[in-house]
Amino acid sequence: MSHFVRGMFCRVCGKRYPISPINFCTEDFGPLEVDYDYDKLQGDLTRQTIATRAWNMWRYRELLPLEDEPRVGLAVGGTPLIRADRLAEALGVRRLWIKNDAVNYPTLSFKDRVVAVALSKAREFGMSTVGCASTGNLANSVAAQAAAAGLETFILVPADLERTKIFGTAVYGAKVIGLKGTYDEVNRVCTQIALKYGWGFVNVNLRPFYAEGSKTMGFEIAEELGWRFPQHVVCPMAGGALIGKIYKAFRELHLLGLVDAPLSTRMYGAQASGCNPISACVKVGRERHKPVKQPNTICKSLAIGDPADGYFAAKLIRETGGWADDATDEEIVEGMLLLARTEGIFAETAGGVTVAVARKLIEQGRIPRNEEIVLCITGNGLKTQDAVFDALESPPVIAPTLAAFEEFVGLRSSVVQPAPALA
Amino acid sequence: MAILVEIPPPLREAAGGNVHIQVTGTTVGEALTDLIRQHPALGTKLFDNGQLRPYINVFVNDEDIRYLEELQTPIQDGTTIALIPAVAGG
Ligand SMILES: Cc1ncc(COP(=O)(O)O)c(C=O)c1O
Ligand SMILES: [Zn+2]
Repeated sequence: MSHFVRGMFCRVCGKRYPISPINFCTEDFGPLEVDYDYDKLQGDLTRQTIATRAWNMWRYRELLPLEDEPRVGLAVGGTPLIRADRLAEALGVRRLWIKNDAVNYPTLSFKDRVVAVALSKAREFGMSTVGCASTGNLANSVAAQAAAAGLETFILVPADLERTKIFGTAVYGAKVIGLKGTYDEVNRVCTQIALKYGWGFVNVNLRPFYAEGSKTMGFEIAEELGWRFPQHVVCPMAGGALIGKIYKAFRELHLLGLVDAPLSTRMYGAQASGCNPISACVKVGRERHKPVKQPNTICKSLAIGDPADGYFAAKLIRETGGWADDATDEEIVEGMLLLARTEGIFAETAGGVTVAVARKLIEQGRIPRNEEIVLCITGNGLKTQDAVFDALESPPVIAPTLAAFEEFVGLRSSVVQPAPALA
Repeated sequence: MAILVEIPPPLREAAGGNVHIQVTGTTVGEALTDLIRQHPALGTKLFDNGQLRPYINVFVNDEDIRYLEELQTPIQDGTTIALIPAVAGG
């Protein structure tokens, strides 16, 4: 619980708002952001306090926007940061880490973090029905965590989403509705529903709280590095919120003295070439992204053509001295296989995007080869198996005999081996 | 038939409490100018130095005007214009 939340403010004009389920400023429609009293927090949250708490996202609860104890998603977060030496070698870099949210609890993506905060907040607001617009992972997480919390759910998704993501939502008893259109169209309908009926949509009217949950990925990275910041972070972008919140987490840790070293981390954004509004904006040097009307990529989880935080993500990337790039479908599959075969991590398509873009940025010389790099792996490959299906050979099928096996692997069955003596 | 602008709840106070407002014009830009003539309090909420604010999306019969001809998008009798806050999703 946090006694340090002062309210919200508009990121465009600064107007202040009390905590309530709204996501935009009534003067200019700018996004609202939760405001903490960092002065009051000074000295209150120490490394020692954090160390006494369970290894999950709530160990940083003073920096999350709840009034009471969390009520939903108590075991979320606390995923491993692993040293990735074999992938490092393949990419030609020296020090590489993977933050592996593909094994987040309960639904195997970083979205479990944002949903834990959003649904806890929905409970505080006394809401009994919650919903979301989703490219898949969010749907899975809202459905699962709402089921565990006994909340009713309405989940709207583009109808052409992967079957696994649709069934992985329906299994929890959520009302899943497929809309014949793009994610942006789904999102607009959810905005209209939220405005008209006042239901809690986690990424619409609960968005200021929801998005704060992503900070915990940044807190964990710094703590797992021994309370240090990495020099380079590569992060997948859809709406563009996660990348900004990871950086915000670093800023807060520095502000509160939890990390002493100055913050000079460079942030790099990764998108799919078939839906690259933010990376295109960075690459051509525009201030604001141009929306992509009809995304076309196997990476459906990142297929947001008109990202709400596109402007802020591009600005952050520019200001930290990072960069952005995008990966084709073929490169995404290669990235997924490379990660699986070097580190034993089966990430979803968004992970393929991140690995492929990291590789490009290293080859372009934008990320130096001898500095510390963290790749954010945010979702699990078991949910997007179709993406790699064609790239894998189906396993051979042979007769169930030793002779058939020996023949298949090229061992000469005619050479009689001495049998081991029985004891 | 007329041209109607749908006002989202957070703008209704500045629009005299109306849910729909009838306007005239041959383009989206003209329609919004007429809207602001009728309800001047909407002016600074929708525009900043003559530019449509980035966090409000304008739809003509459910199509985003950024994929049409922006404020020059032609409209006619029977057109519905919707103003929808953009900060959502992801
Ligand atoms: C697996 C995965 N990674 C990354 C993202 C991007 O997050 P954001 O929308 O905050 O940029 C998403 C969003 O849906 C996602 O599903
Ligand atoms: Zn504002």
